[in-house]
Parts: sequence; structure tokens; C-alpha cells
Amino acid sequence: MNREELESLALGERERASRFSCRFLCCAGTPCLSAGGAAVRKALEKAVEGKNGNSSVEVMGTGCVGPCSRGPLVTVVTPGEEEHTYEKVTPQAVPEIVEAHLEKGVEAASVPSTVSRDSSFFTKQQKIVLETSERIDPERLESYVAQGGYSALARALEDMTPEEVCEELVTSGLRGRGGAGYPTGIKWKQVRGAQGERKFVVANGDEGDPGAYMDRTLMESDPHRILEGMAIAAYAVGAEQGFVYVRGEYPLAAERLGKAIRAAERQGLLGDDILGSSFSFRIRIRMGAGAFVCGEETALMASIMGRRGQPVPRPPYPAQRGLWNAPTLINNVETFGSVPPVISRGGDWYSRWGTDKSKGTKIFALAGKVCQTGLIEVPMGITLREIVFDIGGGIPGGGAFKAAQTGGPSGGCIPASHLDTPMDYESLQELGSIIGSGGLIVMDESSCMVDVARFFMEFCMDESCGKCTPCRSGTVQMVRLLEKIKGGRASAHDLEKLEELCELLKATSLCGLGQTAPNPVLSTIRHFRHEYEAHIEDRHCPAGVCSMPH
Amino acid sequence: MAEVTLTIDNEKVSAREGQNLLQVIREQGIDLPTLCHLDGLSERGGCRLCVVEVEGSSRLAASCVTAVREDMRVTTASDRLLRYRRMLVELLFAERNHVCSVCVMNGNCELQSLATRFGVDHLRYEPLYPRLPTDASHEKYTIDHNRCVLCARCVRVCDEVEGVHTLDIMGRGVSSRIINDLNQPWRASRTCTACGKCVQVCPTGALYIKETLSAHVEKRPDLPRRIVDARKKRVWNS
Repeated sequence: MNREELESLALGERERASRFSCRFLCCAGTPCLSAGGAAVRKALEKAVEGKNGNSSVEVMGTGCVGPCSRGPLVTVVTPGEEEHTYEKVTPQAVPEIVEAHLEKGVEAASVPSTVSRDSSFFTKQQKIVLETSERIDPERLESYVAQGGYSALARALEDMTPEEVCEELVTSGLRGRGGAGYPTGIKWKQVRGAQGERKFVVANGDEGDPGAYMDRTLMESDPHRILEGMAIAAYAVGAEQGFVYVRGEYPLAAERLGKAIRAAERQGLLGDDILGSSFSFRIRIRMGAGAFVCGEETALMASIMGRRGQPVPRPPYPAQRGLWNAPTLINNVETFGSVPPVISRGGDWYSRWGTDKSKGTKIFALAGKVCQTGLIEVPMGITLREIVFDIGGGIPGGGAFKAAQTGGPSGGCIPASHLDTPMDYESLQELGSIIGSGGLIVMDESSCMVDVARFFMEFCMDESCGKCTPCRSGTVQMVRLLEKIKGGRASAHDLEKLEELCELLKATSLCGLGQTAPNPVLSTIRHFRHEYEAHIEDRHCPAGVCSMPH
Repeated sequence: MAEVTLTIDNEKVSAREGQNLLQVIREQGIDLPTLCHLDGLSERGGCRLCVVEVEGSSRLAASCVTAVREDMRVTTASDRLLRYRRMLVELLFAERNHVCSVCVMNGNCELQSLATRFGVDHLRYEPLYPRLPTDASHEKYTIDHNRCVLCARCVRVCDEVEGVHTLDIMGRGVSSRIINDLNQPWRASRTCTACGKCVQVCPTGALYIKETLSAHVEKRPDLPRRIVDARKKRVWNS
């Protein structure tokens, strides 16, 4: 396939879509599917059969819409009419929706409710990576191409040198979305400049933070976008082989990525001589086997190579010596997902969003005690208050906001007094937390911060690989100390011991897991020391979560 | 090879470029403690006892896996480092069931020596007292998991020097355990050559030769270095 053929494929698909008098778009992300989305889709397909000559009606699965807790979501698109997105659709409600739209041409009245696109949940977001997610059938390449898919790759291959691609990424100010926030363009340049007979590109889809599902959604909703981003990266750094490392618990993401890879290969968008150029690139999927630590890049590479998934000390960094000792580019899947818009619209355009040092948009998984949970994409630098109260609609039941946990087990909490903090890499770090991969858990007064700290510490203990002493043995002792505090059996001395262990793990652990494991403890001590003291001195849990001796 | 000059504990030192920091520190006569490091085996960087402060870096560096650089300024024994090392030794003691009085390595144990050196005369951490098995199925050797510190010297010598890779680690975190083949009784191993190198490099009494009396064991942790030198350089210092 060449560029012209790509364009005509897009044109053909757009024409096909325009022929339908009515289209039912069923969100096919895991949250909607687990709420019964598959049955709803089946019921829709059955209901439209024989209606209106059925050839002019389409039922299709799409990527994620966003308000996940209100699924299954069905959007009805009728040309020339307002779109309706129905929430919490059941198979029983389907005939009514179909009848209303196909026969009466009005919104179905007795169906529970529709999602308003004018609500601040949508208007406050800025979708760049997820822009086309809810319009794309993740299982059809044509659907992605119709939305401009693979045109960024075509542009890079035909109009740009690899150096120019790297430079565009530098201009964009895009930083790694996996958590560490390393400038993407600089990393690409390092891999490009590294000496090696062969090079690799790896997409890290081993998302594992509790409450976070940005990467899963992206892989499920828009798999081709990741492949396109990887192909552009491979062209830029000079790689011919890529791997997507998918978390073992994400079978649907792996299935869709697999389909996407095969479709792209058939169309000559992956494989040899891509888009008629001399550039060749292949991608393989590697599944994780349930180890959180494999999200750490050196452990991830060990796992890809078939070794035990354990980190090894850096340097050498993967950019110098990675997979099979070859220079390797590792980026998070969301980072790769941000690449096509950077190339097609330019780095300058992308850098218009965000703050001085944190450019662009970030996807967050909004969870916890907030009215509207779901997957959101916002410009960097938006305040936590806007996310929680405008997008999230505040705390349910009129409760008071207590804290938000960002960055999962490597992050920390942001208390109410810092609600106006801009969400960017530097501001959050100053507060003792991190942006991380994008998990954002909102807590109200019913959460005990000692209990929260223990939850994350237990997670780190379970996920420690066991290679280095401080992480393997230290996390166990920290969980024990936190349990002692929770149980009203601790002394002030135990709190000192806990803080000393935090210091040890931070300073001496081998990899990021152990080095950042103390963060939830440190940040809860920093912002909620009085809660720890209440547990220790007064044998009292202010939130009423921990059971205390009488 | 190019020479580099660095500063170790305020002393100017010259070293070869690319040399590992631990080696250079030891060449200065500084007895930096280690547990997982063993001459002749690949570096693991797991025990973290050899961490040092490098000026300009916020993180500590495990010297066994850090290459020397020009103008590096290294501190090997600050109060903070000594405190961390002591904590690490305490954590190791709390992790498994180390009972020196009934151990074959009493008096010759590397973990015990570290405890003596850092003045660990009591544990500030809650001992975990895990229930762990002892595999005495092999005709010559025994592995007692209660005394293992997971340094993986045995795993590396088995793989890198003997070349059979009978031993490996299963599980993760604090449940990690040394295994034979696919976690089979040692006797059932089809790959083990019964060479005993694992026993010789084990720093504690986790691996020992059967029917040895308590406190009568002396191991040969210098074995890997000597074998590797013998093969590569054709020298044998007995």
C-alpha cells in the first residue's frame, strides 16, 4: 500500500459510514463489557434485523467513551440529528431505543437516561490521544484509517528524515507517560545515536497500579494508534523489530492488538517496505505473567527475553544496552499513542497544551469517592480541583474531599489544602507524590490514611521480586509496623522505625519499585501525621476504619 | 586501557576505566562489606551492603555494579551508610530462622561475621519465623532454607562455573526460594553433578556437606575465582 491507496481506503470507509441512516455505537471497552455490553450489542443486532431494510443500519463496537461507571454506553448517530448516548443500557431497553430511533426518530423516553455531552465531564477534557477512540471500531483497520490513521506514519516516511522526527518530538515537549516523565524526544535521540547492529522498540503495556486502566483502555480502544506510534519511533531510531508487552490480565487488549498487527501486515502498514518505502518494521506481542515488577523496564526486557522477570541495575540504560544487548527504545503505550498527533499536526501544535515543563495532555483513570468515575484526558496543569469537582462532579452524598492518591504504589496523596495544585510532573513531586502512569483515586472522610498506606505497602510487599534485601525484607517489616499502628498496638518508637525503613528503601533499593515503595507512607505521614498520632497515642482511628482495642 | 582518577574517602586513587568500583575500593585496603558479591561470579547487586555515596548523585550506588568514572568522589563509610548496612543485616536475620548455636557454620558464617561487625546483638524488627523445609535428600549435601539469605551465589556458580544450572530461584519477594531443577527434591535432580561448588560458596549454613559437625565447617568461597583463573589464565594457586 502507498500513500494514495491509504487515502482512498480512508475515503471508502468514510463513504461506507455515511450510507447508514442510523448507527448504533456500542462501547466495547472492558468496563462496558463487564457491565453487560456484549449482551446489549447482541440485542441491538437482533433488534435491527429486518428493520428498515437493515442494510442502512449499522451496529458497531467502539473504543472507550469515558464515563465508565455508567456503562454499557450506546451512542446513536443519525445524520442531521443530535446524537444520543444512552447509559446503563440493558438488553430489555434495546427494542425501545431501536424503535424510537428507527421508527419515530426521537429519543427513547422511558430508557433511564442519556449522557449529556455538554456536562463539564466532557467539556473540561481535552482529548488528543483519545480523540477518535469512541468513533473507531478497534477490530477494523479501515475504521482507524478513516479517522486519519497511519497518515502520520506516511508523513514521517515520505516527508521527514529520522532526525526530523526526533526533533519534532523534542519540540512537542512530550514526556514519558509511564510515570518517570523522561523527555521522549531526548530518549529517541539517544537510541538513534547508540551504536548497534540492530535496535528494538518496546511498548510497555504492563500497567499495574491499583485503580489505573489508562493503558488497557488505549490498547483495547485504539490498538492501531499504538502500532503507528511504534512504527514512527522505529523509523526514527532505526529499529526493525518491536514488541508490545501486554499485562497478562489484559486478554482483550492482547487479542485486539494481535488482530491489529495482522491487519496492518496484510495492508503493508507493518512488515517489509512499509507504505512503499524501504523501511521495514515488525511487531510481536509478549504477554506478562502477573508480575507488577515487569513494568520496570529492565525486568520487562528480561521477561521479553524469556528470563525471570527481575530488574538489573542501571546503567547501562536500555538506550545503550537493552534487549539482547542491542540499543532499545522503551516507551509507555500512552506515549506511543501521543506520537501520531505530534507528527501529523506538529510538535508546536502539541506543545500548546500543558504547562511550561509538562506539555500536552494526560489520561487519568478517575476512581474512588467521586460522583463520575471514568477515563479522562486533560491538559497537563489542570488543577486537581477541576478534575475532582468539575469533571468528577464532586464527592457523592455531600461528603468532604479528603485526599487524592496519584501514582499508585509509587505515588502519594494530595490533601484538600492542595486542591489547587496544577497537575504536572514538578508540582506533584514537590508535594511528595507523582503523576505516575495516571491512576487517580479520590478519598473522602471515610478513608483512614494509615489504612491507605498499609494497602499500598502490602501491594509492594506482594509484588517485590525478592532480589534486593531492602525491598524484599523491608516491605514485610513496614506492613507489620503499619498493622501494629492500625491495631492500636504501636508506640512512637514504631513510627520512628517505620520512617527509618522508608529512608532505607528509598536510598538502597535496586529498582524503582523498592525506591518508591515508601512514598505512600511518607506522604500520608507528611500530610496526615495527626492521624498516625491518633492511632498511636489515643488508640483511636479518626475515620473509624481500624478496629482498636477497648 | 585509559586511567581514571577518583577520590575514595578523601584519598586520590587511580583506576582503569570501566573497572568496577567495589574492586577499586577493596584495592585500597578498605574492607567494604558484601554478601552477594563473590570473586569469579557475575555481579548481582542484590544484597545492597556495598552501597556507597557518590557526590552529586541523590541515590546511593551499589559499588559492585558501578563503574568508576573520572573525578568521582566516593564515601564508603559515613554514619548514614553504616546505619543502613546494620539495618540490612538486621532485616536478613528477621527474614529467616537463623539460630547460630545449632548451625554448622557457627564461627565461620559470613552473616554472623557481619552481625558481629555491625554490633547487631538484638533484633529491632519482628522476626518472621517462616516455616521452611530442609532438603536432605541428596546423598552428600543438604540445603536448609531456614539459613538462606538469597544471595544467589549458589545459583550463579552452578550456572556460570559448573555450567549445569540445576539451581535457580522460585517465587518472589519474601517467599523466594532456591530450588533444584523444577522444584524437585535434590536427589531427583537429573542435572546436578554433585560437584559441591554451591556448598563451597554459600555464605551461611544453608548449604552444607552432610555429617559435618557444628562449627567444624570451613568453606572455600575463593573457589570460583581460582577455577575461572585456571581456565582463562592457566594458573592454579593451590
